[in-house]
Amino acid sequence: MSDKKPERRDFLFTASYAVGAVGVAAVVWPLVDQMNPDASVKALASTEVDVSSLKPGNTITVLWRGKPVFIRRRTQEEIAEARSVKMEDLIHPEKDEDRAKNPEWLVMLGVCTHLGCVPLNDKGDYDGWFCPCHGSHYDTSGRIRKGPAPWNMEVPKYEFVNANTIKIG
Amino acid sequence: MSDHEYTPKSKAGKWFNDRLPLLTLANHLTDYPTPKNLNYWWTFGGILTFCLITQIVTGLTLAMHYIAHADMAFESVEHIMRDVNYGWLIRYIHANGASMFFLAVYIHIFRSLFYGSYKSPREIIWIIGIIIYLLMMAAAFMGYVLPWGQMSFWGATVITNLFSAIPLVGEGIVTWLWGGYSVDNPTLTRFFTLHYLIPFLILGLVVLHIWALHVPGNNNPVGIDIKKPSKDTVPFHPYIVIKDGFALLMFMIVFAFFVFYAPNILGHADNYIEANPLVTPAHIVPEWYLLPFYAILRSVPDKLLGVVAMLSAILILAVLPWLDTSKIRSAVFRPLYKQFYWILVADVLILGYMGAMPAEGLYLLIARVATAYYFLHFLVILPVLGLKERTIPLPLSITEPVLGGSPNMAMAKKKESKLE
Repeated sequence: MSDKKPERRDFLFTASYAVGAVGVAAVVWPLVDQMNPDASVKALASTEVDVSSLKPGNTITVLWRGKPVFIRRRTQEEIAEARSVKMEDLIHPEKDEDRAKNPEWLVMLGVCTHLGCVPLNDKGDYDGWFCPCHGSHYDTSGRIRKGPAPWNMEVPKYEFVNANTIKIG
Repeated sequence: MSDHEYTPKSKAGKWFNDRLPLLTLANHLTDYPTPKNLNYWWTFGGILTFCLITQIVTGLTLAMHYIAHADMAFESVEHIMRDVNYGWLIRYIHANGASMFFLAVYIHIFRSLFYGSYKSPREIIWIIGIIIYLLMMAAAFMGYVLPWGQMSFWGATVITNLFSAIPLVGEGIVTWLWGGYSVDNPTLTRFFTLHYLIPFLILGLVVLHIWALHVPGNNNPVGIDIKKPSKDTVPFHPYIVIKDGFALLMFMIVFAFFVFYAPNILGHADNYIEANPLVTPAHIVPEWYLLPFYAILRSVPDKLLGVVAMLSAILILAVLPWLDTSKIRSAVFRPLYKQFYWILVADVLILGYMGAMPAEGLYLLIARVATAYYFLHFLVILPVLGLKERTIPLPLSITEPVLGGSPNMAMAKKKESKLE
């Protein structure tokens, strides 16, 4: 086989295999893609939350895209604590100013970046959140400080529609 | 297949067999020459077949009543437990059957490790077995999600999130697995589909597992190659069938104990609370049979490396035939390996215990040492031991040490024959 020079028939074989492979791939893709989020799941992409009843130091948890979102109205001490942290002390360096544009309001996915558990409020070594599953500690800005989680809790896209309403997504 | 030609006695049988040789196959299976010294550790293949069939039959009947929908799954399971005739029995058999299946498969695997059944020429049997084991874990995990309790939901969340550790494409894969942005109804319906499919894949692999086994034949406690058929073998039927049957009865007593007297002892109470995406249970633990791997996952402080370590711990078994450099199969003739074998058994049990405990302080330290030892056993101890160990001389046959009076006589003969 290896000694023989390629002939017309070898070309035909290779061309047939190639067309066959493209055909199989074209049929497999819809079967794979059907598992991705469907149109009805994507349609629920944003949610509006009334935060007028929240007092400083309070947190509410709302469901957005099936995931919990923490909305915390932070106290002055918590803001001061979050802003005084040196960047070099952080595992995933992010400024609190970037995470909470309006310092009083911290809005983030309440999902531990390790394996997706919901961290507990007002717990842990850094006065923020603590994940009971595998022991990740987050600070008052939701940044990872200790434990196996690799990143800070994610801040989703959100905006204040008016003074009392936050639109997430 | 068989060493001798088989012809059915009846004319009709011959007519049928000439067209589809099923009777030849049946004859091959019943007459199959089996080592006569197989002990009770060899009965777990039959027990596992029983477990698979039990899971398929109870699973099919449960599927007639279960509803795979996030809003109804939890209630439909309670409906099975309270309303469906014998629903409680079928579900308890199915749920405990999973545990019994793993109990038997662990004994089966450790039997293989002790007697070197994975070694040449049985590597393919072993690798098919590891694939079956992986599929069993996938089926068990997805099955545990179906009742849609708190442990179902959060177990599914944690395990699917393991894939997010993959660089670049991880998050996309997790979204694809979920069919959404969190574990939800699309996840449940696909898990049910796959949970239904996998047992039949396992069934197919079991056929290959047994087919591959019937090429070289069974290993045996002495671990030597034997001629078949010979004085060292007995026909599978009735000798092995009766022995397997007796062991199966003993196994069923243990099985029945769990089903009738402690049906929930191996489960977790939190799974009787309906799934709530806003609250994570204080302490998430997988089912007992996954605990050693869970301990390995948690003992590595880095997310990606933890996942890599956990997967490696399973996949390392697939290359075991090449990591173990010793030509001697049975630990009976390997005095040092025998000790390391029992240390490994203890190590895995310790890992299992640590997996159930919170990952902190002394527990975490012990889990880390045990994880390190697990890999040390396969990557360092086994390769080196095969080269350094002084093994005990092997007998010539299974029969010879018995007929020759003392086993040493036979061993002396082996030495002489080596010199020739």
